[in-house]
Amino acid sequence: MPQLDTATFLPQLVWLLITFAILYVLMAKVALPRVAEVVDGRRKRLEHDLEEAARLKRETEKAIADYEQALAQARAKAQAIAGETRARISAEQAATKAKLEAEITERTKAAEASILAAKQQALSQLKSVAADAASDVVARLSGTAPSNDAVSAAVDQALAKRGA
Amino acid sequence: MATSPLDQFKVKCIAFCGEGGQLQAFSFTNASLFMVLSVAAAVLLMVYGMRQRSLVPGRLQSVAELSYEFVANMVRENVGPNGRQYFPFIFSLFIFVLMANMLGMVPYSFTVTSHIIVTFALAMTVFLGITLIAIVRNGIHFFTHFMPAGVPMWLAPVIVPIEIISYLSRPISLSLRLCANMLAGHTTLKVFAGFVVSMIGMGGALSASGILPLIMVTALTALEFLIAFLQAYVFAILTCLYLAEAVNMEHH
Repeated sequence: MPQLDTATFLPQLVWLLITFAILYVLMAKVALPRVAEVVDGRRKRLEHDLEEAARLKRETEKAIADYEQALAQARAKAQAIAGETRARISAEQAATKAKLEAEITERTKAAEASILAAKQQALSQLKSVAADAASDVVARLSGTAPSNDAVSAAVDQALAKRGA
Repeated sequence: MATSPLDQFKVKCIAFCGEGGQLQAFSFTNASLFMVLSVAAAVLLMVYGMRQRSLVPGRLQSVAELSYEFVANMVRENVGPNGRQYFPFIFSLFIFVLMANMLGMVPYSFTVTSHIIVTFALAMTVFLGITLIAIVRNGIHFFTHFMPAGVPMWLAPVIVPIEIISYLSRPISLSLRLCANMLAGHTTLKVFAGFVVSMIGMGGALSASGILPLIMVTALTALEFLIAFLQAYVFAILTCLYLAEAVNMEHH
């Protein structure tokens, strides 16, 4: 059995030592650090990319929230402006209406006053016209002109009877 | 053509030979050649394969990274954080045995790991190294390994010798397991391959029966590839387990 040939032991051990030492040094100093670098680099890159994605997502969500807030503010502002305008217009309308109403009332009063004055004037003229007419009628019928006082008293009496 | 199934294991001098083919200390033999080839294959895979350091690995780089992760996980799971500094050695051990076993599967090649002196040297390196690590890390406490906690004192005369023998037999079992597997597998392959030749040589209708050992050889070759990997794995994981005992010894 070749395995038991002790003459082969020493050269095998010597070359095992040489080759295994070279292998160990190359693996420990060159190959394994390089693989570790690549594997760790990939893991870090993945983690970094995932973090970046999460950050971008957070930013997007913040932008959406900001946008919605701005939109709500704009809407509130628009409603405030509309409300203000409405209030202003209705106040103006009310003022105009009040002013017009006051004017109308005043004119009505003035008109009523002038009507009353005209009526009284007409009534007072009516008395003298009636007295004149009555005096004329009496003068024609009796031939004598009645005294102004008697005519005036008679007219007053007649007017009072009718006017009541 | 070799006549004996064991001829494939013969160590032949290639260079630096002594007078009359006598082997000398530095004689370069076919065994040395295949050790060099195993290292070359490992370097090809691990250094040349990683030359691009790509983020997205190619074929060779994937295999290199896979080997790295395989052994790194083995060390992490079996030894823990204390084993980190021994990872390069365990990786070298694994890749050397794996490459030697795999190169041995090439027809007409030489299987480095089929020689007990080689596997024994590797196993002794592991054994002595781990024993040294255990003594340096644990001091006198190391010797409590031979007297497990909780064993009654009157059992000590039985337990202690058993534990010592079991500890000392580790390098023997470690080296014999690898060597015997390689030796037996390759011998069996050779024997069945010999049957193919001799059955075909019988001539006539009997020549056709040569197909039977051929099928056997094909199946055995597949099995041997599995064993070639498995034995490299077993060698590495047992080293991890022995190392774990040494570095994770509990102090009371």
